[in-house]
Amino acid sequence: MSLKIEEKLFQNRYRVDAGRPHIQIRDEEICAAQCQTRQCTVCCPAGCYTMEGNGRIVLITDGCLECGTCRIICNDHHNVTWEYPRGGYGVLFKFG
Amino acid sequence: MAEKFDVIVVGAGPSGNAAAYTLAKSGLKVLQLERGEYPGSKNVQGAILYADALERIIPDFRDEAPLERHIIEQRMWVLDDASFIGAHYRSDDFNKPPYNRYTIIRAQFDKWFSEKVQQAGALVICETTVTELLMDDKKVVGVQTDRMGGSIYADVVILADGVNSLLAKKAGFHAEIDPANVALAVKEIHFMPQETIEARFNLQGEAGVVIEMAGKITRGMMGTGFLYTNKESLTVGVGCMLSDFKTQKITPYQLLEDMKAHPSIAPLLEGGEMKEYTAHLIPEGGYKAIPKLYGEGWMIAGDAAMLVNAMHREGSNLAMTSGCFAAETIIELMNEQKPCSTKNLARYQQKLNDSFVMKDLKKYQNMPGIFHANSQFFTAYPEMLNQAAHRMLKVDGIDKKSKEKAILADFRQRRSLFGLMSDAFKLWRAFE
Repeated sequence: MSLKIEEKLFQNRYRVDAGRPHIQIRDEEICAAQCQTRQCTVCCPAGCYTMEGNGRIVLITDGCLECGTCRIICNDHHNVTWEYPRGGYGVLFKFG
Repeated sequence: MAEKFDVIVVGAGPSGNAAAYTLAKSGLKVLQLERGEYPGSKNVQGAILYADALERIIPDFRDEAPLERHIIEQRMWVLDDASFIGAHYRSDDFNKPPYNRYTIIRAQFDKWFSEKVQQAGALVICETTVTELLMDDKKVVGVQTDRMGGSIYADVVILADGVNSLLAKKAGFHAEIDPANVALAVKEIHFMPQETIEARFNLQGEAGVVIEMAGKITRGMMGTGFLYTNKESLTVGVGCMLSDFKTQKITPYQLLEDMKAHPSIAPLLEGGEMKEYTAHLIPEGGYKAIPKLYGEGWMIAGDAAMLVNAMHREGSNLAMTSGCFAAETIIELMNEQKPCSTKNLARYQQKLNDSFVMKDLKKYQNMPGIFHANSQFFTAYPEMLNQAAHRMLKVDGIDKKSKEKAILADFRQRRSLFGLMSDAFKLWRAFE
């Protein structure tokens, strides 16, 4: 059984800081050319990282759960800059 | 002129709240900063609250804290693809007050705890992310936030900023977490009528059940699953080490979806309405992964300090206890009119060492390494145990002696006699 992560994230509450993503890919070339595994596309529990046909990684942080996984697993290339969202922004857990 | 406080506490989770509450009650001028909309809105846990740690801070918490169910039964399941073998412990002694542990919903519980902190006299400011520590040479003298523009100063800063603790990393107090020292857990909350939960789990009133699970649900990764009963909801989740996720091709949410579909779990969730999906890291590296816990003008507590006992699924109690010790250390020093220097803050480490926090973590210091190096505990053994039970319990005309022989032959074939004995020895040594 496969599923769309969007259906899960739809239940969550977010206050998106439009135009100010708190996570960024440092150098897109490293993902496309040097990274063999692109494990961020598998490990991110919110599916924020997707790979395009040409091997480029696209990061959309709107559904981010602020866990830190992507930053820690990118320990071969250290290609993720990761900050907390500005105060009050990001995911707002109703239950946690 | 920027305002100066005695203490700044970063974060309003269990360790930050325990620290801020203890400090404020002693009359110190305390500022607590929280990045969420309200305390709890960024916090995720299973969640089990162990009464003891909180009782030492707020003795009458049971009268007012938002608690879900007190736990009277603990189930431990080892799962194969279509079965589980398990041990259940249920006792009416756990159904007599004062109760020992509760399920809680963190967004509600943390909000309550924070109200207590504010009533005690601390200034709590939400929607404010601390961006960096202010240093004067090597001493922490305050924090920089993303909101108030100016800097805020204090004699000492307690970092209770959670597992990611970006502040400690930016300040160079400790390195980035190794993927082998942290687990990623994903969780959902499913709502259903109270009566349904009570019927499904054989419960009355506010009693509850927790199920901890290991085995094939983690696909060979080092990890566990859980299912907890709240008043009108169930939380169900699974967590595995990030170093293992890094080598797999299954997403965390698919792992959770597959676990929910297990024939022993699906009927428990049937008909529930999923209302939130969360993910969180759990610092499970244990004793050997604990960073430096204090320095010139700073201390670190809770998840940020890697204080989690993964073997016993304990974290929030270590967080509260460490937050409390950090606060008590400061109160003592201020009473003695001594500075919060590295030398003087060593008392914090001593308090932790003398308590269950470090004693327990030290006891299990080899456990993470053993499980990392021996994946059979999460693959072969669950299968072998389930198949043995199946063979013995299936009535099919074969005599029991022959069944025992077949089981033993299966064990030996799957994992030589030497392997079985050495695994038992490893576990015994690690638990000793």
